[in-house]
Amino acid sequence: MAVKTGAQIIWESLVKEGVEVVFGYPGGTILPTYDAMLDYPSIHHVLARHEQGATHAADGYARASGKVGVAIATSGPGATNMVTGIATAQLDSSPIVCITGQVGTTVIGSDAFQEVDITGVTLPITKHNYMVTRVQDLAGTIREAFHVAREGRPGPVLVDVPKDVQNSKCEFVYPDTPILYPRRRAPAQTPSEQLARAAEMISKAERPVILAGHGVLISGAMQKLIEFADKTQIPVALTLLGLGVFPRQHPLCLGMMGMHGEAYANRAVQSADLLIAVGMRFDDRVTGNLKTYAKHAKKIHIEIDPSEIAKNVRVDLPILGDAYGVLDQLLPLVTSAPREAWHAQIHEWQMETGARDVLRKEEGDGLIPAQVIHSLWQVTEGNAIVVSDVGQNQMWEAQYYRHDIPRGLITSGGLGTMGFALPAAIGAKFARRDAEVWVVAGDGGFQMTQAELATLQQERLKLNIAIINNGFLGMVRQWQEFFYGRRYAATPILSPDFVKLADAHGIAARRVTRREDVVPAIEAARQSAETMLIDFRVEQEDAVYPMVPAGADLHDMIRRPVEPAK
Amino acid sequence: MKHTLVALVEDKPGVLNRVASLFRRRAFNIESLTVGRTHEPAVSRMTILVDTEQTAPNLVEANLMKLINVVDVQDVTALPTVMRDLALIKVKANTSQLAEINQLAEIFRGKIVDVASDSVIIEITGDEDKISGLLDLLRPRGILEMVRTGQVAMVRGSTHQDGNGHN
Repeated sequence: MAVKTGAQIIWESLVKEGVEVVFGYPGGTILPTYDAMLDYPSIHHVLARHEQGATHAADGYARASGKVGVAIATSGPGATNMVTGIATAQLDSSPIVCITGQVGTTVIGSDAFQEVDITGVTLPITKHNYMVTRVQDLAGTIREAFHVAREGRPGPVLVDVPKDVQNSKCEFVYPDTPILYPRRRAPAQTPSEQLARAAEMISKAERPVILAGHGVLISGAMQKLIEFADKTQIPVALTLLGLGVFPRQHPLCLGMMGMHGEAYANRAVQSADLLIAVGMRFDDRVTGNLKTYAKHAKKIHIEIDPSEIAKNVRVDLPILGDAYGVLDQLLPLVTSAPREAWHAQIHEWQMETGARDVLRKEEGDGLIPAQVIHSLWQVTEGNAIVVSDVGQNQMWEAQYYRHDIPRGLITSGGLGTMGFALPAAIGAKFARRDAEVWVVAGDGGFQMTQAELATLQQERLKLNIAIINNGFLGMVRQWQEFFYGRRYAATPILSPDFVKLADAHGIAARRVTRREDVVPAIEAARQSAETMLIDFRVEQEDAVYPMVPAGADLHDMIRRPVEPAK
Repeated sequence: MKHTLVALVEDKPGVLNRVASLFRRRAFNIESLTVGRTHEPAVSRMTILVDTEQTAPNLVEANLMKLINVVDVQDVTALPTVMRDLALIKVKANTSQLAEINQLAEIFRGKIVDVASDSVIIEITGDEDKISGLLDLLRPRGILEMVRTGQVAMVRGSTHQDGNGHN
């Protein structure tokens, strides 16, 4: 009989779950757990500089590996600092387990020092959360927490453990299966009539488009999607979180759709007679004005979460289920078709878009952000894991880094959390030690979590950091330029000297202001065995094109002005 | 139009909070919500009336099923269902009016459960229409106080919902 303390049970359980790394920050009420940690050397603890960073790192680890990420914090401010990271994971269906200390059970509710009702606070932003009040329930709760985090549509789970529960003892038994209350509904089996109807709709369609999202990645349906598109010759448009689930270089790939999507992808969606949505949720950034969204298209929605069906867009045929399972069953039922006229039409739109591409701009002294990202893509041959921040840098990355591999892009899509990139990249690097990991961040977002530079140095981690520095909170500035008469309220931002900042952390860095220095800087970073930071001083008032203004029709795009040929 | 959902939930702390939080954050319009024990000690039962003018009942159902503590949800609107609501109504009445009020209550199968010098409490159980009918008649006499439990619902016949995965 193995009697353990609650603190030991936490680590024993993490070992059983195969956890190799946790991201955390110690404090009063989680001290027993930190004390016990020293006896579990198989799990590496990464000391973040802020609990938000720890949570993003767990998230980045989860997204890079497909496994559950783990973050640990103390009660009160430690726990509330996790809130942004938890909400980020919730909106992007990322599986993380957050373990928080809590004040002793005898003083709960008394406003004790560093007490906060964290299960109450995180109730609406977790997939589920628990407060464990008896040590006997601890192992089973952690077992269940990991199960809930990764099953179905994944998400964050928080386990709050009062200090006395960590100190109490009981026999450690890790259940083989989670002791979830029996649920009536078995996982949905897709009725064959639905599949037959879908196949019929697909064979009748003349202008179909597949809309692929994060769900394809989560279910591991990438290869099935390629087979499906190849067989049916249906072009594939991607959501932001879907980038990489279908190779960008595939002839049927339309790239990203939506607010900053490719103009031809949006046109294809608006002109389509059939949309086949796979593992995506018709987010407002994807649809624009719902009243005019793909008006002529019938819609098939392949989705694992029933609450996403008909939430935003009325669908003609919902198919509940895992993307892999549904595509696997649908594949033999669909017929091949050349769809030449449709491809020709899309190709024509593509040509028109190409004429506006900023990459065609003449060589000049200044740096164009899109060109920096394009160079990054070329030099890394599209094989890096890029962790982007939020804003213009994120959209330029999405447009100009052509992702061919799944999990090649990690970014905060749903919540749009500035400051995500650096800590998430730390997590991603722990998940993929062999991979080349690049942080792409703006000067604003980078400053939100730049304290994590110290974390990565303490871990002697090799990252590559590209700051797209334009001296503005660029995306907000762009909105002010387009919609607020260029009144730049609070968007000019002074940054520290990032080269000196890196130097203060013992991190090599260089500043790049000329186009000819971009590629050598990227190559130098790649060749260095240690982290290198590059401060790219780019044109200050460049905008992300095309842009569908919030709430506007998807075909109503602000386009980059065509420059007269010289 | 109203839809009636019956939800079986685990009897654990905070479950009502989770359900209420869901309705609030999704901006679901809920007419009434009752919660009570069932024949199984670990399971509570909620009856939820959804105002379908503003809220799609299937979205309420799907979102409820996402809560880990929710065992089952059934939309019983289209099924033959017994619906009951209990009301306690305190009405102004002097002793000379007692007989008349008693008669009125009996017509609606209600009964007087408390008598004071200037008021009585009537207890009535029934569906919404029946209680509204009695209230309409009592209103001119002066309703001093009223409390209603909200609707509870159970499907007629041999089918049953329980917490063991059977239906």
